[in-house]
Amino acid sequence: MQNEVVIAGFGGQGVLSAGQILAYSAMAEGFNVVWLPSYGPEMRGGTANCSVVVSDQPIASPIIPHPGAAIVMNNPSLERFGPAVKAGGIIIINTSLINIKCQRDDVTQINIGANQVAMDLGNGKAANMVILGAYVAATKAVSFDVLKATVREKFARKPQFEELNMRALDAGFELAGKQM
Amino acid sequence: MGKKVLMKGNEAIGEAAILAGCRAYFCYPITPQTEVAEYLARRMPEVGGTFLQGESEVAVSYMLFGAGGAGVKVFTSSSSPGISLMAEGMSYIATAELPIVLINVMRNGPGLGGILPAQADYFQATKGAGHGDYHFIVLAPSSVQEAVDLIVKSFDMAEKYSNPVMLVADGMIGQMMEPVELPTFDEPPSPYVKGHEKWATTGAKGRERNLVKTLFLNPHEGQDHNVKLQTKYKEIEANEIAFEEIDTDGDLDVLLVSFGTMARVCKTAMESLKAEGVKVGMLRPISLWPFPLQRIRDLADKTKLVVSVELSMGQMVEDVERAVQGKTPVGFFGRAGGIVPTPDEVKDGILNLMKES
Amino acid sequence: MATTVFKRPESMSTNITHYCPGCTHGIVHRLVGEVLDELGLRERAIGIAPVGCSVLCYNYFNIDFQESAHGRAPAMATGIKRTRPDTIVFTYQGDGDLASIGTNELIHAANRGERITTVFVNNAIYGMTGGQMAPTTMPGQVTTTCPMGRDVQTMGHPLRVSEMLATLKTPSYIARVAVHKPSYVIEAKRALKKAFQYQVEGRCYSLVEFLSTCPTNWAMTPSQSTKWLEDTMLPYYPLGEFKTPDEEE
Ligand SMILES: Cc1ncc(C[n+]2csc(CCOP(=O)(O)OP(=O)(O)O)c2C)c(N)n1
Ligand code: SF4
Repeated sequence: MQNEVVIAGFGGQGVLSAGQILAYSAMAEGFNVVWLPSYGPEMRGGTANCSVVVSDQPIASPIIPHPGAAIVMNNPSLERFGPAVKAGGIIIINTSLINIKCQRDDVTQINIGANQVAMDLGNGKAANMVILGAYVAATKAVSFDVLKATVREKFARKPQFEELNMRALDAGFELAGKQM
Repeated sequence: MGKKVLMKGNEAIGEAAILAGCRAYFCYPITPQTEVAEYLARRMPEVGGTFLQGESEVAVSYMLFGAGGAGVKVFTSSSSPGISLMAEGMSYIATAELPIVLINVMRNGPGLGGILPAQADYFQATKGAGHGDYHFIVLAPSSVQEAVDLIVKSFDMAEKYSNPVMLVADGMIGQMMEPVELPTFDEPPSPYVKGHEKWATTGAKGRERNLVKTLFLNPHEGQDHNVKLQTKYKEIEANEIAFEEIDTDGDLDVLLVSFGTMARVCKTAMESLKAEGVKVGMLRPISLWPFPLQRIRDLADKTKLVVSVELSMGQMVEDVERAVQGKTPVGFFGRAGGIVPTPDEVKDGILNLMKES
Repeated sequence: MATTVFKRPESMSTNITHYCPGCTHGIVHRLVGEVLDELGLRERAIGIAPVGCSVLCYNYFNIDFQESAHGRAPAMATGIKRTRPDTIVFTYQGDGDLASIGTNELIHAANRGERITTVFVNNAIYGMTGGQMAPTTMPGQVTTTCPMGRDVQTMGHPLRVSEMLATLKTPSYIARVAVHKPSYVIEAKRALKKAFQYQVEGRCYSLVEFLSTCPTNWAMTPSQSTKWLEDTMLPYYPLGEFKTPDEEE
């Protein structure tokens, strides 16, 4: 079993931390995992992405040119990573900020208005949690309970966000579940 | 071993130095390893150690020289252009036989180049960046876990041989997060180098004075010192060659030689080569100096082709050729400029080389 | 009939800068471009780019440029000016580049009286590498390599480069200026123009230090940065001319 995902968006959308939470969850479940951020000049341009590979085998190459899934939070990310996803893979699209069409008909597309859902819950910053919940619903890469426990642990020092984060994860999980 | 934690390579590198007993770290910021410095800026004060950002890598190399000469376990991290500036100090440190440890989180060059992963400092690391006949022990991790393990081991090797040890990683290993088991010790390692009383400058109270120096004006003395160094290097070559072998049983169509991040990409490429019916094995050098010459020479007997796969325009391949001694054709596949080839590109590259040979 | 009252200096290119919002590197660039134009130096000028956020500054100028290694710009400028004495050579350097790794080259180029000009951008931090301590970092200022704030007991006090260079006998002109408000910008341009003018006249080394902002690594908004510069940096780094040619013997 190997699950690969690229999470991409603007700097500040929490894509790197969403990837880390996924990585922590995978480790908690006893999987091998690699979290690899984009680094370099592209960060000054304001876009950020990371890839997370989760496997029950030792992970050879950390570089995944054709991941099984992509989470795209803005237009440039869809343009860049939409075509890269493996045939039969999954693309999770943040429809709050993406107004272009994904041209693939050989992948499963899941549309989540992550920013809108997060704002409705009270804080747009939780958009990354909404989308993470959706990803786990769609791929079962890690167990949803472990994911929630990881988020609770990582935000232990900011208890005021716990409820928001849990509701955001639930919302994403449900929305994606309905589209599967 | 303790429980698994998820750590960024650069932070794990810093923590490993602390676990190895190191309480002195000097640095100058440079991407893609600045997080080692940022991590130790917080951690060193917590464990009562010394953290200092020097004014340049030149200065840092002499801070290492000074602290190393005072018998302290000392560490630095830098990346390619910074290591170039330390080259002078490295020659002096190796000559003075000081047990310092450093890591080069390599980025693409030459010149200012860029900040992406590369392995083009192979010559610099293994053939000597500075002047004179000297060697650092050079180790190349290919995962965050291995980086941690090798750093701990480096402090032991440095102490055992009174010789500097350099790790070479690349931007990828520095930036990625992987689960690591941090080593635990029954007794925490000392921050001082074992046996330093015999040679280190600590104040000549109740003993003959110690002198740390590299000037040998008398040619015979100079030659004797060189012979002494070479004798030590022979001993290191006899004891410390390290490598990993993957699928090298039986006859092979092609043997890959690759280290660090590149070796991981090769591992994935091997799976698709095998799917196409290619009998492929890999030797992954862990010690780049001393280099596993003999083992590659032996494996060359049972393969049709040897290919050195590197994130450079072809450096280690010269050592591979030296190992193979013309017994088998040697090919090269590499990328530069910070480009890490995909497993598919590596596979195609290998298939092409097989066709040509 | 319409008259042009404001245009892009000939010495500059049309490229849009990559600097963060609120960063004053761009203002300093503009002043360099205007001064080169006004003194008619575009075709004689050679710039040396540092290693720092302004490593790509040559993209924003339309004059000859060389890119240096970190801190070595004054030595490169020396090599050019000594062999092409008719050119107008300037280095553009940040405070990590100039006041840390490159102090040696700086002091000796200044002390030899190289006929070059240095544009020194002091933002009290390393910008490009993501906010580490610089020799110019303010006491108590938090950076990633002094997470508890700069402790003057272990790291000394911020280096006052202009005052230090003014103790040398050879340089002709040393001044410190700021650009965070329009009135300061006018003063700054006046100083920069003098510095280049002295080089044109064949006088010794000149340097203008610009107090500058780095909202990104100071973790402030642009307007907070301006205020912090005014409240924290200005009292420690007084503005003015520290050395003028009149004092030369
Ligand atoms: C020999 C060497 N060491 C370190 C670096 C990494 N480096 C690049 S820019 C920089 C600091 C730049 O800071 P500053 O000069 O203050 O300019 P700013 O980015 O703030 O404008 C450093 C340390 C390098 N490129 N070369
Ligand atoms: S990091 Fe700082 S110095 Fe660099 S461009 Fe941004 S604001 Fe300017």
